[in-house]
Amino acid sequence: MNLFRLTMLAAFALGISAVASANAGPGSQRQAEILYLLRHDCGSCHGMRLEGGLGPPLTPPALSRLSNEQIVATILHGRPGTPMPPWRPFLTPEEARWLAGKLRQGVAR
Amino acid sequence: MKRLLLILLLSLQTLAQAECLTRGTGDMGVIIERASGSVLIIDTTAHQVLSRIEGLGDLSHASVVYSRDERYAYVFGRDGGLTKVDILCGKIIKRILQGGNSIGGAISQDGKLVAVSNYKPGGVKVFSSDDLSLVADIPATPFKDKRSKTVGLVDAPDQRFVFALYDTGETWILDMTDPAKPALTKFTDTGRLPYDGLITPDGRYYINGLFGEDGLALLDLWHPEKGMRRILDHYGRGEQQLPVYKMPHLEGWAIAGNRAFLPAVGHHEVLVMNMGDWKEAGRIPVHGQPVFVMARPDGRQLWVNFAFPDNDTVQVIDSETLKIIKTLKTGKGTLHMEFTPRGEEVWISVRDKDEIQIYDTRTLELKQRLKARKPSGIFFTDRAHKTGL
Repeated sequence: MNLFRLTMLAAFALGISAVASANAGPGSQRQAEILYLLRHDCGSCHGMRLEGGLGPPLTPPALSRLSNEQIVATILHGRPGTPMPPWRPFLTPEEARWLAGKLRQGVAR
Repeated sequence: MKRLLLILLLSLQTLAQAECLTRGTGDMGVIIERASGSVLIIDTTAHQVLSRIEGLGDLSHASVVYSRDERYAYVFGRDGGLTKVDILCGKIIKRILQGGNSIGGAISQDGKLVAVSNYKPGGVKVFSSDDLSLVADIPATPFKDKRSKTVGLVDAPDQRFVFALYDTGETWILDMTDPAKPALTKFTDTGRLPYDGLITPDGRYYINGLFGEDGLALLDLWHPEKGMRRILDHYGRGEQQLPVYKMPHLEGWAIAGNRAFLPAVGHHEVLVMNMGDWKEAGRIPVHGQPVFVMARPDGRQLWVNFAFPDNDTVQVIDSETLKIIKTLKTGKGTLHMEFTPRGEEVWISVRDKDEIQIYDTRTLELKQRLKARKPSGIFFTDRAHKTGL
């Protein structure tokens, strides 16, 4: 359960920084860019429709067992020992938080 | 009245036939439009789009194999869709949803069977290339509460298919000599997380790229009794691997002279390997993490594209000097490259520009652009006669 502990730790660290900016999501143009990234680049492993591929599905039911913080931490820091890379170089914590929320709601195809 | 009906029926039939092209297909191909579930049928001589066929489902990460008469394209979709397309008539002959989530396929040596590699449910299914009826269902080894994903499926001589099991680290040979009695040879503990496989053009060696550990796994299909062995196992050791934003593809097995060229996982390098002893013969520093390393058919050049965030570039390497002779800024989302059969041109798909760029491989200059919606894989019909493609 090392991975879980790591994820939780990272999630905790992020949680602190995220409280301050709970509502400050990315602007609409940036939102579109992130959704494009999601569809095409995350999609190369998770499927363009996010129904899974080499990586697991990112649909609302598939994500329901994870907390928002866990999702944000996975996006930003990746999952060591798996092919999931850290997206921190391309997404800010606020953007990752917005994306996690979007994924939970379900992204229109 | 009956006579009138007959005439009507006959003329309808002629009309339907008239929509089909009467020509050879050797200079034709299919381009995947990944986001719209459509494919383009193209002509590599006229540099033209002949038709667009829609309704093929989720084509992210789609691939194509051809019937041996080069008339039918079998399109493998991400959503488990297997579609048989008649490229002369520009229409779908048959489409089935054979699995929940799949990653590509292969056609048998005799052209009678089409095999599909599935993530969900993990395994390989084999169909009749004629009517897509199920011939064999080969479930993969159980893993957790599911079955292992299968990857790197290729055809091999003697009516065999070879593939790897991603989650359980195995390689299986599936002999379909007797379609009623599929025969499996299993190799276990072949390496952690094989992410793709390839077979040499002569059909002798099968190789898995490994994500979970260093090196590659090699199987000599002339001597399967010798089992799989690890090659290049020192590569990557003790070095910091970069995050991988797109898994490399091994399909374009690039061989020039007695050297083979491979994308290095997690490194901005192309690996050079001696074919005789499978030892590393060098590394070529490149622009980013390579996705495809493709040799021009004569082996004189290697064309390389890259993973996100460096996927706006293609580099051309001289296979003799191992020097980069050109860096092309093709545009963001440069996903795939395909050479014309004798290699005078390469067609490159550029997703974010919604276009195909055609380069002259001698001058390395852009010759022409063709419009395409979010294009990804490009597949020319000469693949019909190549083992492993």
